[in-house]
Amino acid sequence: MAEGILVVGEVAEGKLSPTTSELLGAARKLGAGAVSCALFGPDAAGLAQSAAAAGADKVYVVDDTALADYTTDGYAQALAKVIEQASPAAVLLGQTDVGRDLAPAIGARLGVGVAMDAIELSWQNGGLQITRPAYGGNARAVNGFKSTPAVATVRPKSQEALEPDASRQAEVISVAGAIDAAQIRTKVVNKTKAAAEGIRLEDAEVVIAGGRGLGGPENFAGVEELAKLLGGAVGVTRAVADMGWRPVSEQVGLTGKVVSPTLYIAIAVSGASQHMAGCSGSKNIIAINKDPDANIFKSARFGIVGDFKQVLPPLIEAVKKIKAEG
Amino acid sequence: MHIVVCVKQVPDWDIPPSSFKVDEAAKKVVPPQGVAPVVSQFDAIAVEAAMRVKDVKPDTKVTILSLGPASARDAIKHGLAMGGDEGVLIDDASTLDGDSLATAKTLAAAINKIGGVDMVLCGRQAVDWDMGVTGTMIAGILGWPVVTIAKSVTVNGSVTVERVLSDGYETVEASLPAVVTVSNELGEPRYPKLQQIMMAARKQVQVWTAADLSLDGAQVGQAGSQLTLDRLYQPVSETQVELMEGDTPEEQAQNLARKLREAKLI
Repeated sequence: MAEGILVVGEVAEGKLSPTTSELLGAARKLGAGAVSCALFGPDAAGLAQSAAAAGADKVYVVDDTALADYTTDGYAQALAKVIEQASPAAVLLGQTDVGRDLAPAIGARLGVGVAMDAIELSWQNGGLQITRPAYGGNARAVNGFKSTPAVATVRPKSQEALEPDASRQAEVISVAGAIDAAQIRTKVVNKTKAAAEGIRLEDAEVVIAGGRGLGGPENFAGVEELAKLLGGAVGVTRAVADMGWRPVSEQVGLTGKVVSPTLYIAIAVSGASQHMAGCSGSKNIIAINKDPDANIFKSARFGIVGDFKQVLPPLIEAVKKIKAEG
Repeated sequence: MHIVVCVKQVPDWDIPPSSFKVDEAAKKVVPPQGVAPVVSQFDAIAVEAAMRVKDVKPDTKVTILSLGPASARDAIKHGLAMGGDEGVLIDDASTLDGDSLATAKTLAAAINKIGGVDMVLCGRQAVDWDMGVTGTMIAGILGWPVVTIAKSVTVNGSVTVERVLSDGYETVEASLPAVVTVSNELGEPRYPKLQQIMMAARKQVQVWTAADLSLDGAQVGQAGSQLTLDRLYQPVSETQVELMEGDTPEEQAQNLARKLREAKLI
């Protein structure tokens, strides 16, 4: 009998990723029985206690050299083995590089339904039900599952992690012989990291976003200055990244980064739903746009209808003054 | 080399959000009046990726495959005008409105029937449901390797893909046959010339039903789905924007800075 929730954990810089803790917190909150966590790769065993502290009752560890790099075939094999042993009613993954790729692979392998990018989770009549944005954020879809286990990815920062409890204990189960390396048909030959300066966009409490209305890459100087002043990161719309004005790694939106800072200042951003899908979780959106009908104003708390060229320099000065006053 | 590109016809996504409407009772989006449906944007980029392979290897055959209502023929024709050679339309009411898995099963059956396919290209996600899973599921059902979210696709015996990651990209090699899903970082899809559009009108589009694919009604469409759509609605925004007053941009900017301070945001 399938029971409980299995969270697919991820490792970030040698630690349990924040998204994994959020998923474990969400899984406990569902109240659908025991919560397990699957951990893959060479760092996995050392993180079992972190997973326990974040809410896992059982930790399944698949430590295999074939899992050092993420590959769809390798991780799908490992996850299928864990699912076979744990027999969960639902499997939760993060809507991350790994979860995006792995969830549909496991869905096809097991012949079960998969829903992506859930922002709300609930347990209805003994099964998982999720709410997810669709149509570029214009709509919300509520999905249920006919098959077991239900497989869903969950948007980072949409759920709350529990306060870590170091006294919690979990049963650690080592899953042996899971990986047949001959069945891994893709090979990672090279990884290129985007040059990242300053604070990570996804973690920033302040994001200053620039849109196509800035007119060219040279006009991002003010955006950068304001970001620096407020200890924030620069974000851009897809149009800006597609035109090569700024690196793709700064793109916020449906196919870019999803951010939820305390303060999101959108400058010359029209607010296309594709972009809003990436920033609508921000606590306070501020819009500066010369078009009073721009969609961004519908989501904004404060706004200025005006040309950024005239508004941004005095705004930077005013912020500097406030900062100087302390 | 034979490449199949899967394309989906969707309501035009490039409309103002204010003209977006949902029929909650039917759990469907109301197509905007007078706006023709289009090829899902990432699928057009998948066609572009196929054409770039064909640019280098002119003996490559590109088949455009779609599952949809009769109007989806226009999406196929667009792919043919971009340079595709042949089209296949799965036009069967029983296959519509399925979840990604049921759709992937139907498309995989069509790819098997087409036969001799070396690579399948799909958009990274359709711009209606934004799931981003059908390509990977097709690979799983066919038993092929898959590489997702490509910004470049190069074929040379095997396929080499630059795959977009949140903090950069990785280069991945896969043996063929394989499925690759394509992202906007690949670049803009080529724009068909008038002559190509006229030529596309003469290219052949085969039309198949579920029965042609040896699938019965229980395996396809809603009946074959494992996911249920329990509700579809439009979120309501509760925010009311407070616009900054001021006779000059300086005054407006100063007022904004003050508001941000009062709200303890800076």
